[in-house]
Amino acid sequence: MSTMIDMQGVHKSFGDNHVLRGVDLAIAQGESMVIIGGSGTGKSVLLKSVLGLVAPDRGQIKVDGQTAQSGDRDAFLARFGMLFQGGALFDSMPVWQNVAFRLLRGALKRPRDEARTIAIEKLRRVGLKGRVADLYPAELSGGMQKRVGLARAIASEPEIIFFDEPTTGLDPIMAGVINELIREIVVEMGATAMTITHDMSSVRAIADRVAMIHDGVIQWSGPVADMDNSGDAALDQFINARATDPIEAVR
Amino acid sequence: MSWIVNFLAAIGRSVLDFLASIGRIAVFTGQTLGHLVRPPFYLKEFGQALLYIGYFSLPVVGLTTLFTGGALALQIFAGGARFNAESVVPSIVAIGMVRELGPVLAGLMVAGRVAASIAAELGTMKVTEQIDALVTLSTHPMKYLTVPRVLAATLVVPVLVLVGDIIGILGGYLVGVTSLGFNSAAYVNNTVDFLEPWDVSSGLIKAAVFGFIVALMGCYHGMNSGRGAQGVGKATTNAVVSASILILAANFALTQVFFSV
Repeated sequence: MSTMIDMQGVHKSFGDNHVLRGVDLAIAQGESMVIIGGSGTGKSVLLKSVLGLVAPDRGQIKVDGQTAQSGDRDAFLARFGMLFQGGALFDSMPVWQNVAFRLLRGALKRPRDEARTIAIEKLRRVGLKGRVADLYPAELSGGMQKRVGLARAIASEPEIIFFDEPTTGLDPIMAGVINELIREIVVEMGATAMTITHDMSSVRAIADRVAMIHDGVIQWSGPVADMDNSGDAALDQFINARATDPIEAVR
Repeated sequence: MSWIVNFLAAIGRSVLDFLASIGRIAVFTGQTLGHLVRPPFYLKEFGQALLYIGYFSLPVVGLTTLFTGGALALQIFAGGARFNAESVVPSIVAIGMVRELGPVLAGLMVAGRVAASIAAELGTMKVTEQIDALVTLSTHPMKYLTVPRVLAATLVVPVLVLVGDIIGILGGYLVGVTSLGFNSAAYVNNTVDFLEPWDVSSGLIKAAVFGFIVALMGCYHGMNSGRGAQGVGKATTNAVVSASILILAANFALTQVFFSV
């Protein structure tokens, strides 16, 4: 499989806080990569660096062989879908317009009726009934908002989908439902997926490969099946939720 | 000696922060103007901003200018009585309203209502990652959020001020005719005869500048909001304070340009 996302020596600092200190990571086309790591270790910064929401200080990020920060930005972003941690739904518009946002404007614009039909179809795909389409995000539960965010992420059938903490704030049953949905959708669409999470049940449900970020670099990466026998002390501590060495609890 | 050094360092830091803020606002203004003339244009968002900033600000602007016009008539009548110049009430109310009080008061009221609202909305969008979501959906936040609001405010605040001018003069008329003994026809004639087109149009130019300032400050502080509820609250306060101060400063500068002898 060819490499879809390739990060080489990515550095990013915020003042004196050196969050990324040379991240090297490659994600193959059609692969589901899950990035784990403690809070504040730069997982979200890494994900946002790929999208250009954060500009790396040094290093190179290539998507399908092209440098992420160069070329036609709209065409570049059109290849991505993203599920945000809090959903990031636009609360000034109803659910269906959130889902069909990309289909109502810009290069992918469709007639309004067609966009609405696609939105309702995507809502059904993530397990929501058509009547939800005309509600506003504030009228939905946390789990429903995540599903709407997921429907929005897949509405334009992107090649690459990013999931930022997809199960945070959900009960274990709803987290399981979201994990299953993500796995199904990624396989069904053949998309390349990059997920960041603390939730080990998500890791086991979603990942083909896992990378652990620690001290600003990729501490360990490999197939999810090798994760439990990696021999890496930091990874062992993380997946077994131990409060002691080598990662300090007070950071 | 160390406290002197610390004191001077604190002053230096404040000056540098202030200059950096001016630089950031200048860059933001340049970017806004740049996006204003380049497609895509979001007409629906522009229409919504027009409605929100213009139509829904009418009651507050109307009431403000109505009471101010009435109070102005009373003040000029009382002041004019000292040198037997009570008859100037209609003309001074009219000139005062259209040149100065209409634009400034409408600008300040819109700053309180609109700059705060824009900053709070955009600040909340920022902290809940809605602005990042816009980017990932191939939509430029400046084009989608800032340009429609700034353009709408620049175009609609002059209309608000024109309506406010008329209501303010009406306030003066009502007080003049009902309380100060003016003849209705004479009051209207005095108002119309003494007003010149430039009196009105200079006020409308000021209003357009104030509208631009209000929306720009709302958007700038909203999009640069800090994290959490405290960050959004601070952005909202800063938007209103900076818009109000800039309106008063711009009013002085424009008055000097338009009317200095």
